[in-house]
Amino acid sequence: MSGLAPVPDAEHESVPIGSNDDVVRARQLVRALAQQCKLSLVDQTKLVTAASELARNTLVYGGGGVMRVGLVRRDGRVGVTAVFEDSGPGIPDVDQALTDGWTSGGGLGLGLSGARRLVDDFTLQTEVGGGTQVAVTKWAR
Amino acid sequence: MLKIGDVLLVSIQVELEDQVVLELQDDLAARIVDSGASGVVIDITAVEIVDSFVGRMLATTAAISRMLDAQTVVVGMRPAVAITLVELGLSLGGVRTALTLEKGLEILARRDDSRPAQL
Repeated sequence: MSGLAPVPDAEHESVPIGSNDDVVRARQLVRALAQQCKLSLVDQTKLVTAASELARNTLVYGGGGVMRVGLVRRDGRVGVTAVFEDSGPGIPDVDQALTDGWTSGGGLGLGLSGARRLVDDFTLQTEVGGGTQVAVTKWAR
Repeated sequence: MLKIGDVLLVSIQVELEDQVVLELQDDLAARIVDSGASGVVIDITAVEIVDSFVGRMLATTAAISRMLDAQTVVVGMRPAVAITLVELGLSLGGVRTALTLEKGLEILARRDDSRPAQL
């Protein structure tokens, strides 16, 4: 995957992802920002669902990590970016990991591929042994 | 969890944490057997997002109930949740849905009359 992850505004917030509680907290924070930047209800739901998938991945596959989330602006548009980072084992085969139904764990294998479909921008950086960073953005229309 | 006649009603009101989802699934299976319920209604009117984890729980719960001779109907799904689930890749093919609690109970009442064989 190429491209740098967009970095949220200076006033971005960070949430540790170390427990199931944290996944819930991450969802709530993303929802609050999605409402603040006036995403449609469907777009809010898509973004929060994607965040839920990615936060769980960070917890389950990455062994925990952090989510940074904030408003972003580009070309007169406003959106919400959420970046999920872990220092877990990394993903050896990114194409495979982005395939529907493929899972290295006990899940359905829809987390990563599904999350990508639910957002406007998606970037994934990973290194075997060096962790994974996934950034997603949804823009207000 | 509420029992109305032969039907167990589970109304999900809180933001679901993964562990709670799994406990709910286990509790429900036990309650079906204890109570001899023939139907289960899971009301998700208050649920703002259904991700793959919760979606899988709904499908698994429906399958477990079926094995225990109870039919499950999921009611009250929000339009945005339906759109998101399909885009996510989960269309919950094995799960019966109804728009409202009333319609869900109707489906179960019909089923109880005839008890058709189910796969």
